[in-house]
Amino acid sequence: MAITVIVLIRSRNLFSVIVLFGIYSFLMATVLVALDAVDVAMTEASVGAGISMVLMLGALYLCKSEEAKPMRQPWLPLALSVTTAGVLVYGTLGLPAFSDPEAPIHTHVADRYLQDSMRETGVPNVVTAVLGSYRGYDTLGETTVVFTAGVGVIALLRRRQRRRPGTGT
Amino acid sequence: MNIATHFSYVITIFLMIAGLFIMIARGNLLKKLVGLGIFQTSVYLLYIAPGKLIGGTAPILAADFRIYSNPLPHVLILTAIVVGVATLALGLALTVRIRELYGSIEEDEILATDTDDQNGDREWG
Amino acid sequence: MKRDLVLRIIAKLLIPFILLFAFYVQFHADFGPGGGFQAGVIIAAAIIFYSLIYGVEATCKLIPGWLIEIMLSGGVLIYASVGLLGIIMGGNYLDYFVLDHDPVTGQLRGIFWVEVGVAITVSSAMLGVFYMFALRGQDPE
Repeated sequence: MAITVIVLIRSRNLFSVIVLFGIYSFLMATVLVALDAVDVAMTEASVGAGISMVLMLGALYLCKSEEAKPMRQPWLPLALSVTTAGVLVYGTLGLPAFSDPEAPIHTHVADRYLQDSMRETGVPNVVTAVLGSYRGYDTLGETTVVFTAGVGVIALLRRRQRRRPGTGT
Repeated sequence: MNIATHFSYVITIFLMIAGLFIMIARGNLLKKLVGLGIFQTSVYLLYIAPGKLIGGTAPILAADFRIYSNPLPHVLILTAIVVGVATLALGLALTVRIRELYGSIEEDEILATDTDDQNGDREWG
Repeated sequence: MKRDLVLRIIAKLLIPFILLFAFYVQFHADFGPGGGFQAGVIIAAAIIFYSLIYGVEATCKLIPGWLIEIMLSGGVLIYASVGLLGIIMGGNYLDYFVLDHDPVTGQLRGIFWVEVGVAITVSSAMLGVFYMFALRGQDPE
């Protein structure tokens, strides 16, 4: 995945950038399966590598351009990125080690969900039970976000152009 | 506290910084959106990697398994993925409109067109 | 012409299976990975596949714009009304266990309808965005 990202940074053809992003999404979905997150992997594969790529290719077709050569050397953003990386690495040294059963993430609420969800909801898939039942408000908000995005795009792009505005070709 | 136990964090930070770099160092609007997407997926990894227990399995209850990976980050990240694609759709729609109005999606050219037009009359059709 | 024929036949063979898989993912949310979001996206992907092969105009006749708008808000309303049903039956908002005599069955029913609402909204949102992009590029003026 790191190699994909580095090639993506260097590439200037926008079509190859989008295809590389699709490859990156699929690799991320594979990594997520290896981390036992099957629901998330299925969502990432279908949403990230499927719909995202379709929408970006549609936008690229409407925009029709290639990336121009950058005019100045990116030293300042590079320095900023490396500094942020250093600070973040220093911050994560205090976090628990990978797959530590004593980590706080495993000890508070997750145990209750795993123990009680079969008895209270009768649904073996704990993620669906939490998403639909225990944390139903969050899912309501998320559905509203999707609705808002759909309405927003329709509002932005609905009006068909009858004539080109001033600076168009 | 050596590199082997914190390997997942290192990968996450590398991807996060790559996404950040694309967003601030490249002027093309579509590439900036792709950088935003990379940043978002690295955050998903940041949340899910600590949830995994080696020797555990996916959080679907079955009679044969004892240890399960933590389901709570899965739920949060599921929401985050869908919100991410909603943001991407809106960003792409805005980019298409900018392209139609300014004629280009390079940040430098858009800023130059804007300052040029502040000096003259412009008809917003 | 030959290539077009192969694509059309393969599309006709594949699209029912893709839709079937989407419904499988939707209704088996309880037992395996899946749920409303994945199912909605797969439905949208199947219809986008249809429109790639047969053209956007044919897809617009199949699923017109007003249907997309109705489904978009309909999904959110289904979700919200499940919550209101919880209040009417005597619990708090979005309580599922009051929906039936047996609280566990109430939970199952509530989760089922909530996932249906989510899938409808997600699929119509993705399809609506695709329609907007596809129709925008078609105006010759």
